Amino acid sequence: MKTFDFIIIGGGVIGCTIARSLSRYKLSILLVEKESDIGMVTSSANSALVHAGYDAVAGSLKAKMNVAASPMWDTFAGELNIPFRRCGDFVVAVDEKEVQKLEELLTRGKKNGVPGLKIVTGDELKAKEPLVNPNATAALWAPTGGICDPFAATLAAGENAVMNGVQIALNTTFESFITENGRIIGVHTNRGDFSGRWVVNAAGLQSDAVMHKAGVRPEFKITPRRGEYFIVDREEMKINSVLFPVPSDVSKGILVTATMHENTLIGPNAQNIDDKEDKSITAKGMDEIWNGAKKLVPSVNQRSIIASYAGLRAGGNAPCADSSVDYTGDFVIEIPETVMGLVNLGGIESPGLSAAPAIGQYVVELLKDHGEQLIEKADYQPIRPARPRFRHMSMDERKEMIQRDARYGRVICRCEMVTEGEIVAEIHSPIPATTYDAIKRRTWLGTGRCQGGFDMPLVVEILARELGKSPLEITKKGEGSEYLYRKTKTVEGQPA
Amino acid sequence: MIKQVYDVVVIGSGPGGVAAGIAAKKAGAEDVLILERDVEPGGILLQCIHNGFGMENLGEDLPGPSYAQRYIIEAQGLGIVFLLETMVLDITHQRKIIATNKYAGIIEIQARAIVLGMGCRERTRAQIRLPGSRPAGVYTAGTAQRWVNIEGYMPGNNIVILGSGDIGMIMARRLTFEGAHVERVLEIMPFLSGLSRNYVQCLLDYDIPLQLQHTVKRIIGNDRIEAVETTRVDDRFNPIAGTEEIIPCDTLLLSVGLIPENELSRKAGVAIDPNIGGPYVDDDYQTSVPGIFAAGNVVHVYDLADWVTQAGFRAGENAAFFAIKTRNRELRSIPTTAGKNVRYVIPQQINKDNLAEKDVSLQLRVRQPIEAPSRILVKCGDEVITSKAEMYARPGEMISIDLKPKHYDVINSACAITVDVVERE
Repeated sequence: MKTFDFIIIGGGVIGCTIARSLSRYKLSILLVEKESDIGMVTSSANSALVHAGYDAVAGSLKAKMNVAASPMWDTFAGELNIPFRRCGDFVVAVDEKEVQKLEELLTRGKKNGVPGLKIVTGDELKAKEPLVNPNATAALWAPTGGICDPFAATLAAGENAVMNGVQIALNTTFESFITENGRIIGVHTNRGDFSGRWVVNAAGLQSDAVMHKAGVRPEFKITPRRGEYFIVDREEMKINSVLFPVPSDVSKGILVTATMHENTLIGPNAQNIDDKEDKSITAKGMDEIWNGAKKLVPSVNQRSIIASYAGLRAGGNAPCADSSVDYTGDFVIEIPETVMGLVNLGGIESPGLSAAPAIGQYVVELLKDHGEQLIEKADYQPIRPARPRFRHMSMDERKEMIQRDARYGRVICRCEMVTEGEIVAEIHSPIPATTYDAIKRRTWLGTGRCQGGFDMPLVVEILARELGKSPLEITKKGEGSEYLYRKTKTVEGQPA
Repeated sequence: MIKQVYDVVVIGSGPGGVAAGIAAKKAGAEDVLILERDVEPGGILLQCIHNGFGMENLGEDLPGPSYAQRYIIEAQGLGIVFLLETMVLDITHQRKIIATNKYAGIIEIQARAIVLGMGCRERTRAQIRLPGSRPAGVYTAGTAQRWVNIEGYMPGNNIVILGSGDIGMIMARRLTFEGAHVERVLEIMPFLSGLSRNYVQCLLDYDIPLQLQHTVKRIIGNDRIEAVETTRVDDRFNPIAGTEEIIPCDTLLLSVGLIPENELSRKAGVAIDPNIGGPYVDDDYQTSVPGIFAAGNVVHVYDLADWVTQAGFRAGENAAFFAIKTRNRELRSIPTTAGKNVRYVIPQQINKDNLAEKDVSLQLRVRQPIEAPSRILVKCGDEVITSKAEMYARPGEMISIDLKPKHYDVINSACAITVDVVERE
């Protein structure tokens, strides 16, 4: 049995950030991920925001982590070379009742310690966001709010962890804990057993099932809350920051936001569902998002939508650890007293992405408090370099790049201008991209107007060549999602 | 050897692009360059291995690649240079072209005239708001066509096709030939969107059912598509409750329309008609940017490649004239407008003086089908300039009508012309 100091269950943004935080120390670490790539579930389908921190209930762990993480993002994104922009966000009020609500948010934000919050007039808002609803009368302005590429954050943190010695096992599903005298000493997976002094539950949507297997918090339950989104053609509409509606009691509402890929993102709605796999989009949901978006930006045009998707938030039901705060649905980040060897996380929904850098550090602090001797490595490398992106290069840089590697001269995705060189680099990167969707998430190929219509056959061919496989074995997102069934001139079930 | 300056540079080597190159050369352009992103010239014709090409222009019934090859050979015989595996990154208003190629790196070329021949692309799932999961196995018909005809792979064995566009119907037949079962073709409109001949030759002949006023309500399956839920729709495209049906399948092909491909045109500052998605052109196929011409599906989607070739000839010839500056007279033009039951008319501008010398062809599509003898009317105000009878008028089938030199006097004094399509009395 392979032995590690730490086994992390789950390769989402939280698992990868914790892996990176721990990789600073002299520890052997294994991260297990059940999917064919990291960040395939919640971390790649969300609103891509770095929240300022005025939403979370004062005194909650959510508020504490969000507000602590916000100023860390400049260094986090800088070291990891993640697309991130502190563009600020607005909560837009369109009538008197909503203006009152802005005051409540401002008070809460100040209590949480969010810097720079102020209420601006409708005219000030319109000067910055000309497309906003002309009826907007005022807005709460949060200069520290921002946008990022959430999958890039997950990948960069994961890659940096790998650079610092962490091993990542993909297609590896946690099954149960191995225990000895009441202490967790490892995990059973579909790909064998691994022993570890500590196991970290960063299983996101599955975090309730994982902690129940350790006998922790039997009442804790994750309810998947599905949110649907539209992406708008970048040529058709430009938003400069993040526009929120005034929130209701259940949700932050349907927002209209800039993205790091220069498209506008619209969504999400919020539906509690039972199935942790159901990321389908619905006609009703699309109408709901549409009407929500029109409230903020009336000129938004349905013809300019180029993609739609849905994501699942891992909504928990844990009461706030501080019993004086009346709130359920808080983050769980703890080392439970009842079982040894477990770092337990759960309910890390929004603002989980925003809070990720702080959560990584918080886990380190918890471990230190529990007597774990953490010794820093002399050769820890916090910088993860970005790989070249043809689309963002100047003509001179492109010339030089093609001279070095001719494959950068062959454009595969014309809408997003992604070259063969970039695809090959991702296939052979520290966390290899082995499926079409893995390449799409890393390069943004296939996300434009034609939605992969032209590039798909080419990418399948490149994947097959680089992985030494048949095109028949190439998948969209892992086993079971093969693109092709058989060669032509053959009969199903018979060899060619 | 790639030169720095060309008389005419054509972008795209489909039927429109190659024809433009040929016509430009024949009209006196000294050097003509055709840029193509794929490894071979021919464009989408290369994957159209069915017949039906060339009947109008060559009097022969050819498969797509053979049709393409005829013109490619002619172009090569005229000394036209093809630069393959080359992607154009940018075109400036001053007709400078920047392209990338893995052998030559970044290439900069100055053109005296440009012909845009980028063709069109398929509408996708997002553009028709198709609900459900996002598994493998949902492809546009053209992507499936490439896989089957170029790469030699089958996308699936049990297939449902959404949309009665021509590529979808042709793929229904093609996949049937390869041993797949095509369950049915669904069309949300109450009428066919492709050509009637494809309905007969690709669906009827193979007993593939077509359901009009039906659509996919939901895609089912997480990794690979497992089924679709279909529904009948009312006249306003709303699903009719109680008509849902779950159809197991491993593949859903989309043939839900084509859109002119104009990313490069926009970069060059060419004005785009929002109704069609292609550039505004005059009857020389010149766009709003002097010296930049456009031909074929990049302007509007044609039913037949033969007509794309014809448009290419015209655009190429005029590009050559522009390049060699034989034409610098003042242009006097009038707009054309879509009238009763007409979705659009191409060209959007007519140069009055061209009409003194030769015919000008108007190309249009109707909004609603008229399954009865119909009449196309070209009017100046209330006055009918010319008209033409058709046996029927269908949105899936382009209609053309010619203005002739004898109409010059009327057009010369007119300020606009309108086209109507009505049922014959």
